[in-house]
Amino acid sequence: MPTPRMYKTEGIILRQRRLGEADRILCVYTPAFGKMDVKARGVRKTTSRMSGHLQPLTRCMLQLAQGHVSDVVAGCETLESFQPLRNDLDRLSRALYAAELIDRFVPERTHSFPTYRLLVETLRRLSDTNDLDQTLRFFEMRLLDQCGFRPELEACSGCGSRLEAVDNFFAPISGGAVCHVCAGGIAGARVLSLNSLKVLRLLQHGSYIDAMRVRTEGPLARDVETHLRSFIVAVLERDVNAAAFIERLRREGARHAVKA
Amino acid sequence: MNESTPATAAPLARLIDELYKLPGIGPKSAQRLAYYLLRMPVAEARALASAIVEVKERVTFCSICQNVTEVDPCRICMDSDRDRAIICVVEEPLDILAIERTQSYRGMHHVLHGAISPIDGIGPEDLKVSELLQRLRSGEVKEIILATNPNLEGEATAMYLTRLLRPLGVRITRLARGLPVGGDLEYADDVTLARALEGRQEVES
Repeated sequence: MPTPRMYKTEGIILRQRRLGEADRILCVYTPAFGKMDVKARGVRKTTSRMSGHLQPLTRCMLQLAQGHVSDVVAGCETLESFQPLRNDLDRLSRALYAAELIDRFVPERTHSFPTYRLLVETLRRLSDTNDLDQTLRFFEMRLLDQCGFRPELEACSGCGSRLEAVDNFFAPISGGAVCHVCAGGIAGARVLSLNSLKVLRLLQHGSYIDAMRVRTEGPLARDVETHLRSFIVAVLERDVNAAAFIERLRREGARHAVKA
Repeated sequence: MNESTPATAAPLARLIDELYKLPGIGPKSAQRLAYYLLRMPVAEARALASAIVEVKERVTFCSICQNVTEVDPCRICMDSDRDRAIICVVEEPLDILAIERTQSYRGMHHVLHGAISPIDGIGPEDLKVSELLQRLRSGEVKEIILATNPNLEGEATAMYLTRLLRPLGVRITRLARGLPVGGDLEYADDVTLARALEGRQEVES
């Protein structure tokens, strides 16, 4: 059935860019139509009634009018503004990272309700939890899974043999964990400790509650993050912009803590 | 884009190519502008060309506030009547014009030339943040007004600067956020309304 000239959908604003004098192009992720660019007219003016509802990381109900190139926002209303994200730079930077990953992984106009729900739940969790990084790792693993890039963590992704309960290797280019024998011939293979492998498996198979029960701090958390990040970068064939900002906040936070 | 077809004279094709590089100008707009310039009187065309060259040669960034200026330091930074203890931090040079239009501010300014946007890869290192820190070293500044835009990037920038400047012991304030003059309450979004409630003020009798 063709889309009517005017239609309604809910969606999350992932990012925005300026257009002309006072307009914006918004990248919206919707459960029914997938990711799409829509035009919002006049929203950079202070008198705009819509601008507050169309900020990135807002879940809103949109009324859209079909346009020639991109659809135009005719009306909107905030459903969820995830306020805590906007008051805390650490939460905000992680939420923007999640939004960037969705933007990079999800193709345009391809709907996937589970991925939309994953994003909504992740934004709620990031608004609420104290373990922001573990929440983000769970999100990364689930997103990889849903987009068809599930890392292999049970068997060697080189030879297919079952991984032994020892330190192995992780090679994003071959699709996941690899055994000692195969690791030698793969460029960029890094040591994957047994504990890191266990955490990665838990993130892959367990529920969010299970994942949050494990306290991963310090080197183990960094190790898991590095492996997952390298896998994402290998899949996307590019860096994730927001990751650099998270890293900077972490570095500066540590420097302030030392000074204090 | 290469318009060097027999139908287009080479200098005109070059002009179209140059105009096409401008933001918001597509191939058709570039052609329209080029043909408009072609029909323009020579004096006007020369005035436009010299204005472009002059802006590149004479306009620079003020070494203190980073605003665009033809004299360094700029006129605002040189004005001895201004309060040097307050710095209003804005995203773009145009924001200074908006603040100056109010005629209610007599302090100094600082232009960041952008806002933090992690998703677009714009971080603090791409802004004039280190120059702001440099200005605070003199100890003359007592207050920083964060006047970045009230959108996600502006808020992220304000939060980052607050985190960075708080240990320096200066007073940090943020422009009030809330309902715009002439707006209807029923159309206000949750965040704006919440901020307006937070920043409510006692009515003076």
